[in-house]
Amino acid sequence: MLADILQLLVAGLATGGIYALVAIGFALLWQTSQTINFAQGEFVMLPAFFVLIGMGYFGLPFWPAVALGTVVTILALGVLFKKLMVDPMIHHGVLPLVIATIGLAILMKEAVREFYGADAWPFPALAAATNVTVFGVAFAVQSLVILAISCAAMVALQLFLNGTRTGRCMQATAQNPTVARLLGIPVERMILYTFLINAALVMLASILITPIYLAKFTNGELLGLYAFIAAIIGGFNQVRGAIAGGLLLGVVDNFTAAYISSQYRMAVPLVFLIAVILWRPQGLLGRVEERTV
Amino acid sequence: MTRLKCALALSALLLMSGAAPAADVKFAYVGEISGSIAVSGGNFRDGIILAVEELNAKGGILKQKIALTQYDTQTNPGVARAQMQKAIDGDPYVVLGPIFSGNVKVVMQMLQQAEIPHIIGGEAAELTSLGDPYLFRTSFGQQIGMPKIANFIRDELKAKTLALIWVNNDFGKGGRDRLIKELNTRNIKLVADVSTESGQVDFAADVVKLKAANADVVFVYSNEEECARIMREARRQGLKGPFVGDTTLLSQKTIELAGDAANGVMGHVGLTADAPLKEVEDFKARFQRRFNYVPDHNGLKGYSGVYAVKYVTEKLGKLDRKALAKTMHGLTITPKDEPGILIETTWDTTGEIDRISFLAEVVDGKQKITKILPKIGK
Repeated sequence: MLADILQLLVAGLATGGIYALVAIGFALLWQTSQTINFAQGEFVMLPAFFVLIGMGYFGLPFWPAVALGTVVTILALGVLFKKLMVDPMIHHGVLPLVIATIGLAILMKEAVREFYGADAWPFPALAAATNVTVFGVAFAVQSLVILAISCAAMVALQLFLNGTRTGRCMQATAQNPTVARLLGIPVERMILYTFLINAALVMLASILITPIYLAKFTNGELLGLYAFIAAIIGGFNQVRGAIAGGLLLGVVDNFTAAYISSQYRMAVPLVFLIAVILWRPQGLLGRVEERTV
Repeated sequence: MTRLKCALALSALLLMSGAAPAADVKFAYVGEISGSIAVSGGNFRDGIILAVEELNAKGGILKQKIALTQYDTQTNPGVARAQMQKAIDGDPYVVLGPIFSGNVKVVMQMLQQAEIPHIIGGEAAELTSLGDPYLFRTSFGQQIGMPKIANFIRDELKAKTLALIWVNNDFGKGGRDRLIKELNTRNIKLVADVSTESGQVDFAADVVKLKAANADVVFVYSNEEECARIMREARRQGLKGPFVGDTTLLSQKTIELAGDAANGVMGHVGLTADAPLKEVEDFKARFQRRFNYVPDHNGLKGYSGVYAVKYVTEKLGKLDRKALAKTMHGLTITPKDEPGILIETTWDTTGEIDRISFLAEVVDGKQKITKILPKIGK
């Protein structure tokens, strides 16, 4: 029984780590540019296909294809997304941009279906499908690798945001762009950096999750929803909240599937979400924000 | 002069219409081109396309070309009904598909009312027990396949306990119920009964439950993509198996998606492109040349379904939907009669199918046939 619980915990934390990477993107974009990106799930789905195109069409080995995919992802989902969609739309308010990102999600999904087909495709795993036994409990090496990479990425991001001048400038931009501008911080560039970081995070999430999910045009639907819920549960305006929300959601999801029912695995996180919205609307680690009408 | 020109033009038009080819024979494919079982629907559709192209190259059916129209159910019963209505409005001679048993269930009555022969890919046991005289399978129902698998588990694997993971849809529920019935009559104890969802992507928790059951055999019964994900997760967590399943677990698509994780999987396959039969081997080569991928059993189902319709229609010598359905009941078609049927096939009075089947194992990423099982009726 204890072995089962530990295995579920590690598997849940590994999946939750990926949710957290995607949820961080929600929090970052919201904080710096008031952008809620409902195409975030599709942003995770697409890089896997960039890698597959690199391997299939250009004949590249896996890691060079990942490097190519990373460059394309940062350009397309970072720079172009900001320049072509967010910048022209943001002046019209949050809602038009939300609707635009929903449209973008549909476009990306249907484009992949049109050009790559509706089938699922195998995707290479980062580690062999073996186990390590610790105190008599067998843990999947792949889960441990995913957990380690996710944690390393989150720690690196926190160090960057808190320990570097650029990171602090980004935080200042997030807190008050007008004052940040008065202090001489290049606000536009800081906002661009958050889009680039988000693109890098979705790329990482993509190569971690796709070996489990298989590459398919619908992958973003569930991922985007889970990450959005995770960001709200943790606190939409705090990166550490998104991390906590993601990890928590991964664990709750796995324990629900194991001990309640697979059919209710989506329902329990939603009940959790409603409870958080009712009792702590700013999220578990979020900050209360007040705005004048 | 103007009148003369008009008369000449009219005469020319009449002559041209007289020389025009006979009207097309309309075939409709209503199936899962997208959605959670697009893999199966895509294979079935491509099998149909290949057969139609081959037949049209030879002049069609009764010297009339076949016009194939495709409708995507999106693996969604609501959409399936709407698409089937569109297909019926097009007045097809025959409808092929769907593959997803849940979709078959919601559309079969529409075709029965329209009196249009319905060649399905669904395998849920109950489909042929609903008294539809226009419905015909292209592969075994679960009531035919499950006893063969249960015998294999008892006789070959000598298993006393079994852990079952299945997909909670019409196909999975029908298979689960049938398998449990067969296990009970053979004194094999079910020690884990893990239900999963169609389109599910994360099976970590489900595999933990299977591991905890510590069964002699793990039985995997789901659609191809989910089978592949289950096998990958099972190997990730070090679940030993042996893994047993039906056609979907051993299908080419599952093997391709699961990679090394599929090695060692065993089971019963009703239909396979790896069958050691010349007609099937030739079909596989033609399919690969045309579509650039290896077909799974659904490719054979779609292909042989078209040829069954062609054979019966030419036997009748006319396009008569009612006569087609009536003639197919109790009919046996051999590859000698019609090479496109690939394997000798018999339909009973309910539209259920009977043909030889296979025991197979996945070795080095390939399906290896270990035994050929005879037709039930022999």
